[in-house]
Amino acid sequence: MIEIKGLTKRFGKKPVVEDVSVTIEPGTITSFIGPNGAGKSTLLSMVSRLLEADTGEVLLDQGNVKKWKSSEFAKRVSILKQSNYLNVRLTVRELIAFGRYPYSKGRLTAEDEKFIDQAIEYMNLTDMQDKFLDELSGGQKQRAFIAMVIAQDTDYILLDEPLNNLDMKHSVQIMKILRKLVDELGRTVVIVLHDINFASVYSDRIVALKDGKLVKNGPTHEIINSDALREIYDMDIPIQEQNGCRICVYFNSHA
Amino acid sequence: MKLWMLIIATIVLSFISLFIGAIDIKVSDLLDWHSDETQIFLISRVPRLMAIILAGAGMSIAGLIMQSLSRNKFVSPTTAGTLDAAKLGILISMLFLTNVTYTQQIIFSFAFALAGTFIFMQILDRIKFKDVIFVPLIGIMYGNILSSITTFFAYEADLLQNISSWLMGSFTLVIAGRYELLYVSVPAVILAYIYANKFTVAGMGEDFAKNLGLSYKVVLNLGLILVAIISTTVVLTVGVIPFLGLIVPNIVSLYLGDNLRKTIPHTAILGVVFLLICDIIGRIVIHPYEIPVNVTVAVIGSAIFLIMLFRGRAYAKK
Repeated sequence: MIEIKGLTKRFGKKPVVEDVSVTIEPGTITSFIGPNGAGKSTLLSMVSRLLEADTGEVLLDQGNVKKWKSSEFAKRVSILKQSNYLNVRLTVRELIAFGRYPYSKGRLTAEDEKFIDQAIEYMNLTDMQDKFLDELSGGQKQRAFIAMVIAQDTDYILLDEPLNNLDMKHSVQIMKILRKLVDELGRTVVIVLHDINFASVYSDRIVALKDGKLVKNGPTHEIINSDALREIYDMDIPIQEQNGCRICVYFNSHA
Repeated sequence: MKLWMLIIATIVLSFISLFIGAIDIKVSDLLDWHSDETQIFLISRVPRLMAIILAGAGMSIAGLIMQSLSRNKFVSPTTAGTLDAAKLGILISMLFLTNVTYTQQIIFSFAFALAGTFIFMQILDRIKFKDVIFVPLIGIMYGNILSSITTFFAYEADLLQNISSWLMGSFTLVIAGRYELLYVSVPAVILAYIYANKFTVAGMGEDFAKNLGLSYKVVLNLGLILVAIISTTVVLTVGVIPFLGLIVPNIVSLYLGDNLRKTIPHTAILGVVFLLICDIIGRIVIHPYEIPVNVTVAVIGSAIFLIMLFRGRAYAKK
């Protein structure tokens, strides 16, 4: 279990995240949503130790994440930031193999190879495993990165806007995979999302931030309603039910 | 390109390198241990070949490490102020220490090369605009500033001639007893190979490295130390060789990618092949006189560099 307790982060004097406390339930997809500049990515970065919090703490299995050894932490929690700028020429398989770095430090054992093969198969990358990353499309690249995280074999997978620059088809593909990771492999996924409807359809729980403060935190069905969304986005957003999915029709609301 | 092809090329070129020069030496001459030819062979030709091999492999690896850590294909010891800082270090040692010893020069130039590269990486960390071309331009400007400081003080202290000898990379003066410092770069290159995986991970960015549990700062600093060691030894023994650390790693990256565990052997050997070819050309063109190797490297290197710029901008951006 990951517990976030009273986290605050300031850039200069301006608090970007202010006194946020959230518990991440294992075996769920939790989406961080909120307007631009709400502090979602900053919060995610602090949970994954990429950023240090000014005050407050993050506990992983009751232990402060700061006290975890880097290599042990990397076996429990993985984070994928927006990776489109990555300009390293690696083949898909080489990239995925680096997911095993926390275990083998680059000297791959037979067991590592097994994890790598499984991740490649799971993400349907067998045909392109020897291609260089810069020969892939955006969606394929994103799949390769997620395969790396699968090979890293962590209980917690944190993703910072993984749907950025992806078209509809690939976005749905990625979200379905994340759902499978939780339902079939029992992983816990925490994801920063921009599109409220992906959050509504695919996540179990939603954490809503606004101006660095926590405004809503609960199961998806409690958050996806017009009242709660008004509080988060300052918009009147009608909700429509479609095959059991709640869709937020925000395109012509009053902003 | 296969590794064995590069190795065969190295062997053939080494053989040529050993048997060309102002004085004609035949293989049969070497049978007589006391002949003048054997003496020249051992005092001049073999050290020269060793110096080329060590400098060629070293500078290419230094460039590779810098490109990986700065995450920019156009950064190298010559485009990041490393060599200029090393020269400044030598000058400072001559200005402030009377009767400066060789060891003191080495230490000063190493410390300055390290600090100079470190400052460049700090600048890189702070600038927002990380265009592939813009970053090395900053590096070149930064190097030129260091270089003009060196020139100014050298001029004031009447050391200009002394300093300019380090500007010109040349193997002409390499003889037994004057190049052995270069062997210090051997452990540096071996360490680079041992830490290859760490450099590759660090080359994917700080966040990426931290995700995999790698202590990014430690790897970064280790890389900069290796670069400083190699650059210092090369500058002090043969002088500045431009383009080498820039072109060679990029050519290898084109056909082999950026996984350092795979590319380090290729980069090292291709660097040797490239430098051997340049040195041999320099010795043949106006035989029995010589053109310094930095001239041939600059001519051939800039041509390759231009081709890479025009054809490869798209590749470097990816």
